[in-house]
Amino acid sequence: MTMTAMTKAITDDPPPQSPVPRAVPAADTEGGNILPGIAAQETELGGKTVGTITCPDPFMVARDVNVYYGDNHAIQHVSLEIAKQEVIALIGPSGCGKSTFLRCLNRMNDTIETARVSGTITLDGQDIYRREQDPVALRARVGMVFQKPNPFPKSIYDNVAYGPRIHGLAGDRAELDHIVHTSLERAGLLKEVKDRLDDSGTSLSGGQQQRLCIARTIAVNPEVILMDEPCSALDPIATARIEDLMDELCEDYAIVIVTHSMQQAARVSKRVAYFHLGLLVEVDSTDKIFTNPQHKLTEDYITGRIG
Amino acid sequence: MKTTCTTRELVESGLAKRRRKEYAFRLVGIFATAVGVLFLGVFFASLIAKGSTAFKQTFVKLDITLDAEVIAPNGELDLQYADFDGLVRNGLREIFPEVRGRTERRELYRLVSVGAAYELRAIVENDPSLLGTTQSVWVPASSDVDMLIKGNIDADIDEALRTLSDQQIGWVTTLREKGLLRSQFNKALFSNGDSREPELAGIKGAVMGSFYMLLVTISLSFPIGVAAAIYLEEFAPKSRWSDLIEVNINNLAAVPSIVFGLLGLAVFINWLSLPRSAPLVGGLVLTLLTLPVIIIASRAAIQAVPPSIREAALGLGASRTQVVFHHVLPLAMPGMLTGAIIGMSRALGESAPLLMIGMVAFIVDVPGGFTDPATALPVQIYLWADSPERAFAERTSAAIIVLLGFLLLMNLAAVIMRRRMERRW
Repeated sequence: MTMTAMTKAITDDPPPQSPVPRAVPAADTEGGNILPGIAAQETELGGKTVGTITCPDPFMVARDVNVYYGDNHAIQHVSLEIAKQEVIALIGPSGCGKSTFLRCLNRMNDTIETARVSGTITLDGQDIYRREQDPVALRARVGMVFQKPNPFPKSIYDNVAYGPRIHGLAGDRAELDHIVHTSLERAGLLKEVKDRLDDSGTSLSGGQQQRLCIARTIAVNPEVILMDEPCSALDPIATARIEDLMDELCEDYAIVIVTHSMQQAARVSKRVAYFHLGLLVEVDSTDKIFTNPQHKLTEDYITGRIG
Repeated sequence: MKTTCTTRELVESGLAKRRRKEYAFRLVGIFATAVGVLFLGVFFASLIAKGSTAFKQTFVKLDITLDAEVIAPNGELDLQYADFDGLVRNGLREIFPEVRGRTERRELYRLVSVGAAYELRAIVENDPSLLGTTQSVWVPASSDVDMLIKGNIDADIDEALRTLSDQQIGWVTTLREKGLLRSQFNKALFSNGDSREPELAGIKGAVMGSFYMLLVTISLSFPIGVAAAIYLEEFAPKSRWSDLIEVNINNLAAVPSIVFGLLGLAVFINWLSLPRSAPLVGGLVLTLLTLPVIIIASRAAIQAVPPSIREAALGLGASRTQVVFHHVLPLAMPGMLTGAIIGMSRALGESAPLLMIGMVAFIVDVPGGFTDPATALPVQIYLWADSPERAFAERTSAAIIVLLGFLLLMNLAAVIMRRRMERRW
């Protein structure tokens, strides 16, 4: 992974927080996105990200993020702000880069050899790609739930306890028990597994496994939870339960969810960001995107003409 | 409508030929399996037929007077130089008092093993209070008598071509009639080291030598092999160097084992001046042999761990080392252990490299440690197979049976361990 000179400059001087809510017109947004490859005449707003990429009291701020897989320019000049207690959905057709962008937020792209990330992403004011940042510490603050449920082949208890154990969050067995029980309860799984915590995590059904993964993630007490299509492998009832869960969880965590289903995005999220071929086309509140999208591409996607 | 009928007809007309082909293929498979099983059956049958008799040894009952004057002259117990042989001879002469003349008597004494004297010494050593008493002792018969009893000596051929004369055969018959001859379990095979006398030869020395060697091999090759595999799979950057290393390791697994023996001779014995014929050096040479096998098996086991588990662990904030040791290693362990035991089985059966480093010597004492001179079981088999004495032929087969037994146990252990440690993901 290489850092651009611009990134270095920003590392030395982190961007200032903006406590005052600002509604900045897209054309004048500082560090605003240019959308190369989309001719100006395609949109009436001059080829930049449409809508409000900013938010009041942002917790995570991405500025001009570019991701390269070898020569493939997967994410192009994406800027986005994420607030503390909101659910923001990333939608878009297959291969548009939403999962790639999501993985940038907790540096999971570090594990991919050919991936290169440039630009800045700050968490609570600090650049997460600066040299002193330990990815281990970052991932304790930004948790992730994956598309296919992947519980460890250990007991349910050990699954949830793994995170607290490695980060040393519990002083003794009683504290650990408390953390495990609380996490399972908040994930809505405790009632079902209360008397079989020693059973293997893989013996649960798909929906239960995903809730176990969610419990595992919140056991570490993160500040942001990233969800990469968490319900795509589940049936509608399990999906509904997890969506209810998201409603409760967003009181404490910021949730960024990547989803293929627009209905899901409409149900769970407060803001929606539409990606298209690696570009962030439009960001706005859910109501506005689904009732009155400003960019033609967004409208095409929502009405089903593309994607 | 017409096309579907034709398709159906075509398919059905071809069905008979397809069924015939499948049947023929199954027959070929069954035939191949049968050939394999047949060879295996012939191998085991001939082995057991030849070797099973070695587990029994003929013993002669002698009444020995433990004469205090001979064993403890001047009142002092002299176990080292006392003439126990003489006492054995006395016992024999008692049974056949009519035998006179030196030549005849010498032939009589050859009925009993030279090890009989050692038996007497052991008896007195265990219980000195027996001094002066007359005891009935079962002593091992000589290997010629043993072969006669087992039917391996043809009494019909010319006396000059036999190892036992007619007279000796007559004496043996007399002993049998008097009930002074019996076959019992050949304990010497398992409790003695090698010997020039077949009736006293045992595999204990070779077994202990092999044991110490394998101990050195497993304690060195398993940690080094697993660590190398983990580094190559998880931490090494993918570059031309790592490709080169991978090709070389795969190559080493196929190198003839005698080359490792030459390497051991040059490095361990000449340069490092380690003791020749020691299990330590044998173990080091076998480590070099087993290392590529373990590395390859371990890498395959690590690659088989699904990336989703790693991602889940990384996502929780585990460092790369924690991912490897908390998740990858436990899941890869069954494969690694299987590879290790297969490597050990191969090492147990190796003889060529050990010949190079001197473990082919005739060593009588059972080795007590890693630096005592020793031999290994396959080498012992080779040495006995070379011996001209007829009695060694059955003992060679018996030693092979023991070796195969060990290999069977090791592979069984591998299967059991693997089953118990298998986890579903």
